[in-house]
Amino acid sequence: MLKFFMTAGAAVLLVAIAPAQAADAKPNDAQIAHIAYTAGTLDVAAGKQALAKSHDKAVRDFASEMVRDHEAVNDKALALVKKLNVTPQDNPTSAALKAAADKKRDELAKLDGPAFDKAYIANEVAYHRTVNGALRDTLIPSAQNAELKALLKTGLTLFSEHQAHAEHLAAHLK
Amino acid sequence: MNHLRFAALAFVVAVTPPSGGLAAATHVVVIDRMKFGTLPAKLHVGDTISWVNRDLFRHSATARDGSFDIDLPAGKSGTTVLRKPGAIAFACKYHPGMRGVLHVVK
Repeated sequence: MLKFFMTAGAAVLLVAIAPAQAADAKPNDAQIAHIAYTAGTLDVAAGKQALAKSHDKAVRDFASEMVRDHEAVNDKALALVKKLNVTPQDNPTSAALKAAADKKRDELAKLDGPAFDKAYIANEVAYHRTVNGALRDTLIPSAQNAELKALLKTGLTLFSEHQAHAEHLAAHLK
Repeated sequence: MNHLRFAALAFVVAVTPPSGGLAAATHVVVIDRMKFGTLPAKLHVGDTISWVNRDLFRHSATARDGSFDIDLPAGKSGTTVLRKPGAIAFACKYHPGMRGVLHVVK
């Protein structure tokens, strides 16, 4: 069951990331900032949903960590784009990420208790795996501004920790 | 003048550790960009580690053996006094990939 959720989540997100890679192999900095910020915002929303629904301490601790860390990196990203005078630019990848996350949030809203916990954590594994792949393979190599590139690299290290944490939790929720 | 000098001398004597022991040192470990910075090579029982979190994120310095657990909100610092010799493995409890080992001698 868990495998199914992970695979389903990963598949949805892989599809979500794919259009920008196919249509435009090199997103510009304004688009990269928008994608990274959107990815963070969506995970904050997922964390808040988990805090509203879950009663499992480990799951709640994880969700709090997601909200705290992603808000911190997004605050930094906002300050950076302001400093660089860049307006984040909406793009198909951001839109697809948001559509996939909205769909997942609706699915999760129908679940409760351990079923919710498992599905939330499974999706967090898949989500971080996909976003980390996009950061590593597309967003970081394409970023032109050195400060943006550095922030994305810190983001990748952070989100890799989140992925490991989610995988660890997923193994315990089986 | 002599009184002042005497007072100053008395103060120095008062804060000097008991003879025979090494003066306890404070070592700064900076946390930034999801990493613990360089760890001090020579640590002695009684030394203090000052953990300075310059990162954007909340971290912790948490000993695997439970001997310390320092919460480090973004931009904050905390201290650990080393109470026993040995190799003390530690990590950030929020980001367990951030880890290190303190080597403490008597």
